[in-house]
Amino acid sequence: MINSLDALKQWKTDIIEKEKYRLELMICAGTSCISSDSDLLVEMMEKKIADNNLNAEINVVKTGCFGFCGQGPILKIEPDNVTYVRLKLKDVDAIFDKHIINGEKVYDLMYRNSDDEDPAESEAGMAFYQKQYRIALRNCGEINPERIEDYIKNDGYVALGNVLTQMSQDELITLIRDSSLRGRGGGGFPTGLKWQFTKASKSDEKYVICNADEGDPGAFMDRSILEGDPHTIIEAMVINGYAIGASNGLIYIRAEYGLATQRLFIALQQARENGFLGENIFGTDFDFDIEVKLGAGAFVCGEETALIHSMEGHRGEPSVKPPFPSEVGFRGKPSNVNNVETYANIPPIILKGSEWFKSVGTKHSKGTKVFALAGNIRNIGLVEVPMGTTFNEIIYDIGGGIPNGKDIKAVQIGGPSGGVITKEYLDTPIDYDSLQRVGAMMGSGGMIIMDEDSDMVEIAKFYLDFTQDESCGKCSPCRIGTKRMYEILDRLTQMEGTPHDLELLEQLGENIKTASLCGLGQSAPNPVLSTMKYFRNEYDDYAYRRKKTAYSIDGEKCIGCTKCKRVCPVDCIDGKVREIHVITESECIACGACFDACPVNAILKP
Amino acid sequence: MRKDVINTKDLEQHHLDSLDAYIDTLDKSRKEESLIPTLYKAQNLFGYLPHNLQWYIAQKLNLPSAHVNGVVSFYSFFSEKPLGKYTVSVCMGTACFVKGADKVLDRILKKTQTEPNEMSEDGKFTVKDVRCIGACGLAPVVTVNEKVYGNISAQQMEEIISQYQEEDND
Repeated sequence: MINSLDALKQWKTDIIEKEKYRLELMICAGTSCISSDSDLLVEMMEKKIADNNLNAEINVVKTGCFGFCGQGPILKIEPDNVTYVRLKLKDVDAIFDKHIINGEKVYDLMYRNSDDEDPAESEAGMAFYQKQYRIALRNCGEINPERIEDYIKNDGYVALGNVLTQMSQDELITLIRDSSLRGRGGGGFPTGLKWQFTKASKSDEKYVICNADEGDPGAFMDRSILEGDPHTIIEAMVINGYAIGASNGLIYIRAEYGLATQRLFIALQQARENGFLGENIFGTDFDFDIEVKLGAGAFVCGEETALIHSMEGHRGEPSVKPPFPSEVGFRGKPSNVNNVETYANIPPIILKGSEWFKSVGTKHSKGTKVFALAGNIRNIGLVEVPMGTTFNEIIYDIGGGIPNGKDIKAVQIGGPSGGVITKEYLDTPIDYDSLQRVGAMMGSGGMIIMDEDSDMVEIAKFYLDFTQDESCGKCSPCRIGTKRMYEILDRLTQMEGTPHDLELLEQLGENIKTASLCGLGQSAPNPVLSTMKYFRNEYDDYAYRRKKTAYSIDGEKCIGCTKCKRVCPVDCIDGKVREIHVITESECIACGACFDACPVNAILKP
Repeated sequence: MRKDVINTKDLEQHHLDSLDAYIDTLDKSRKEESLIPTLYKAQNLFGYLPHNLQWYIAQKLNLPSAHVNGVVSFYSFFSEKPLGKYTVSVCMGTACFVKGADKVLDRILKKTQTEPNEMSEDGKFTVKDVRCIGACGLAPVVTVNEKVYGNISAQQMEEIISQYQEEDND
């Protein structure tokens, strides 16, 4: 049991003293890398090490997400500071024989920023990492999330010890307020203020709630933090409990996040065993414990009142605010709800101070934001950048640009509640206010890059399909309105719409925004309204039924190689060898297989 | 009350016993909060949540069965229909969508001759479109039970489904 700051420091010293290895192999064991067999890689590597009796000098560390998911599985070797990417099981031998035994680097397995550049030995040489600044993700990829010792080595629970033994509740809340930290789950509400309100509510019982119901399609930062650094969240929640005077915490986590939940349970157990949860934490009279509540698959439960109703065993429907959860929350008691990424910022702010945190970011948006970069982009993964970084920097410097020589069309940010940013606005700095000015929002951090081939009406329809399905049904503007909007979009894309439909879409959209009960409905029309604003011509093409939906062949270029004919899944291409081929346009399903197969670019897009 | 709903004879007794034992461990003063964990347990035991099982749970927790059904039908994790031997889940997150997950889904549905969320006639497959599973680096992604297939094309997926179909015939 750790019952004082001195005991914690001594434990850290002991761990560092005891665990001295010649080499440490950090292998990513996040969901994405495990899907590419990183767990087998770990097993094979451990077996090799054991077979050669090297257990005492080589340590294999199963870490959380490195962020560079598109290059997984990733292996980092410390202290040599060498990173290998896209590993296959057969590469284990080369790395073991050459690097581990003989100390020779294996250049073939390193990352290259482009094909004609020399391989980058470490993260410092990878453009993907150069503009990143990691606060929330600081331990992801650095420690084994299933060992509390790894967290202690990186100053784990020191912030909690400092708070409990040296700070009053008000001093703590002032520190968080001074840091200007704002909620990272989408709303952007000042965190310190929320803590202050919940502290001010008088009650015999209060609750600290961590919102881990990450539901935006394409956003996975909360999951990565829980998978890669679960103790940070526990530590921050205990600190939050002390600030507002609560002794119970709850984590509401998505049912689909199996690995994150499993690691959370391990971390909770370890925290209890070592006295960071339970009674008399750090020898003070402060008690706190945390319970995990599993979600059951409903996007709207990310809304805090809906989340609370779901934890109480009801349908996850939101209720009217006020009263806010800080007054009437879980079981009718004052509750403080914060998102995972918000919590991950708390321990560093306490350790390094509010001035340090404020030195990162822009005037009104401080610190960093984690984005899940995906879609038509070279480097897919999780990136954490200072507020104020521009889209251009993320897309071209970190993301490596658009693959296959294509041009960018738009960036979708903020998920089903957000909007699109077009090419002209890519030099916009990313912070809460600048995004609002261009008609988008920060959201929880999904950032989807779309290339020139993307059909914006289809994208808008995709998001509406999502929101109308996830609408809880409590208020009619959202329940019926989003359904009608989806039907109109569906009619348009089936070439059965009329120009009048576009007016209807706009009217409905504005009405749903004004009249809906919660954030889901109020923001549901955004993807449609924002694509209508910037890509009106694409909507017109559908409304006036002049959109072409079939591929065709340029007779001047076709060499009659038959490649397109062979790949066509619906057999709608006719032609003999060395003769010009023809697509029967009425049968074409526009899958694009012929376009990809053609060696001479003779296929014309719709 | 419809007779078939309150008839729980077709529910396996040993599963009901396990469910009873689980319910006994829960805090009785908070029966509403116990509902979702109980439904998890029940779906785990029985595979899905038929109406008579929902009615049984309502009786055990002393809650209106309409409330139980309201919760079951609200959350996508709970299924009121039996699932096939293989659950094929096509990720419909945005990253997968822009990389053609809708086309992959169409091809799988055609190959298995099913509708989304309906079990195929032979009981082998249930095909679902699911929310983002967070493996965006592998988009488009399909899972068959626990196995993950990343960077998959419609063509490759058709071959994979064929393998599962053949495997079952052996």
